[in-house]
Amino acid sequence: MQENFLKIERLRKVYPANRGGKALTVFDNINFGVDKGEFVCILGHSGCGKSTILNVLAGLDEASSGVVLMDGREVKGPSLDRGVVFQSHALMPWRSVMKNIEFAVKSRFPDMKKDQVRAHCQKYIDLVGLTGSEHKKPAELSGGMKQRVGIARAFAIEPKMLLLDEPFGALDALTRGVIQDELTKICAETNQTVFMITHDVDEAILLSDKIILMTNGPEAKIAEIVVNTLPHPRSRHDIHKDPQYYRIRNHLVDFLVTRSKQFASEAPADYDPLHPPMVKPGLNEKLPVEASTEPEPPRGMKPSLHVVNE
Amino acid sequence: MIKSLNFRAAVVSALLLLVFVLAWHVGTQPKQAAAPAAGVSAEYAALMGGGQQQSGLPTPLQVGQTFWERVSDPFYDKGPNDKGIGIQLAYSLARVLTGFVLASLVAVPLGFLIDMSPVMHKALNPYVQLLKPISPLAWMPLALYTIKDSSISAVFVIFICSLWPMLINTAHGVASVKREWLNVAKTLEVNPLRTAMQVILPAAAPTILTGMRISMGIAWLVIVAAEMLVGGTGVGYFVWNEWNNLSITNVIFAIVMIGLVGMVLDLMFGAMQRLVTYRE
Repeated sequence: MQENFLKIERLRKVYPANRGGKALTVFDNINFGVDKGEFVCILGHSGCGKSTILNVLAGLDEASSGVVLMDGREVKGPSLDRGVVFQSHALMPWRSVMKNIEFAVKSRFPDMKKDQVRAHCQKYIDLVGLTGSEHKKPAELSGGMKQRVGIARAFAIEPKMLLLDEPFGALDALTRGVIQDELTKICAETNQTVFMITHDVDEAILLSDKIILMTNGPEAKIAEIVVNTLPHPRSRHDIHKDPQYYRIRNHLVDFLVTRSKQFASEAPADYDPLHPPMVKPGLNEKLPVEASTEPEPPRGMKPSLHVVNE
Repeated sequence: MIKSLNFRAAVVSALLLLVFVLAWHVGTQPKQAAAPAAGVSAEYAALMGGGQQQSGLPTPLQVGQTFWERVSDPFYDKGPNDKGIGIQLAYSLARVLTGFVLASLVAVPLGFLIDMSPVMHKALNPYVQLLKPISPLAWMPLALYTIKDSSISAVFVIFICSLWPMLINTAHGVASVKREWLNVAKTLEVNPLRTAMQVILPAAAPTILTGMRISMGIAWLVIVAAEMLVGGTGVGYFVWNEWNNLSITNVIFAIVMIGLVGMVLDLMFGAMQRLVTYRE
């Protein structure tokens, strides 16, 4: 098997015991790889350590043991090679849209001339459809626009990999859809490698090539990796017409509703955390092609199924 | 009802001033001369103020005249005991600004340091708590003894009184910089100096300026008292000198000027605060 671009090996995070309590193992023996140009989503309930994994990848948090390798080199601390889109967009409110992106671009390309920086920023502002709002402050933007700035900032440093921490979690369904489309478009154009946390099953199916399913924490594990076999390009409007769609969706919902809880006690006999099983429910023609947990929603207006996040 | 709120407030303010001046005018009118008591010689009565019971306070008209005279010639200098109000205020402002700037040069970096190092935070905290409640004037004898210069001692007193609000506010402002902004800087591999100048400083600037505004307010309060003690020059000395001259008119004039300058200083810091305040 060829080497993955990003490789996570035996990752484990333990929060030390405090005052007589027990040490808390958030996740243990996490192994997976991400190939170049691949879009990987991680799906799981709160408390399974998704955000911690992402923070370790970003270099903002340290794992208790295990290694992360990117391009064959160990990931230690933050790096400009990995662009991060934060859930709370993390824009600096005293800077305009342009200045927020400039801050990132100047960090990445310190030798760039002033007008080059401008042009570079403008390119990414245009890319996320914010032309005309360059000089607005974040407070003047809607939630969706703020998140677009966050995405533009991450793309503008031209990282080798993009880390997205539930970037659309705080957006309304309509805005989320529009930005998802844009993200798909940009990722396809730039062949960007992406690792994204999401709570939204439909989002995962729409965007990802692989979906990592995490069991419930503590001591969360990767239960399996679902290969998203839906053909590209995908569109929100007719993706559910593909027979694979509901096979994958039912598989994911079923996992989140029941199997994520039971996995700890009922792990399959041949389960090996070093090589979590790769499954392709989309190609399993024995599975039904209708929604099993929900009635068929009206055309094109699927309500997103969210995992309860509390 | 078409008139704006500001206009109505201005009318009420003007009316209040008018009522106050009128009351002052009435209150300071010489009382009806009582008939000289029998047995008191005319000469004695004249010595006692012409037999008129005069109120000690000057009338608004007298104060107005003084205002006009002093404001129309603010920068004359006729020896150590007779200088224009402009010169006196300039002395006071120079001391306040020197002390204030020195204090901010110490307080702002120290505030950053306190927040960045938990050890320094814990180590310095007891001293800050102990030194903060000390009246700045209590330092005066010590300052005079060690510095041996009354003018520099006054600057020192301003320094010490401006220090604490700025220090505490800077530390607080730096501590409340959002973690996510620092994370952005980290993921962009921004060096600590640039993070401090371009992320932490602008993020904490509104809080730091609040501290500076409080410090400036206190410094302006303290300088009057300090100059009364050290003497020589400054608006505080002017007030005390005029009290010794029993010139209540000049004292009233000085009080109003101190208020005006203090107000202008505060407005300036308010404007600066608006400049760095951001909306989230």
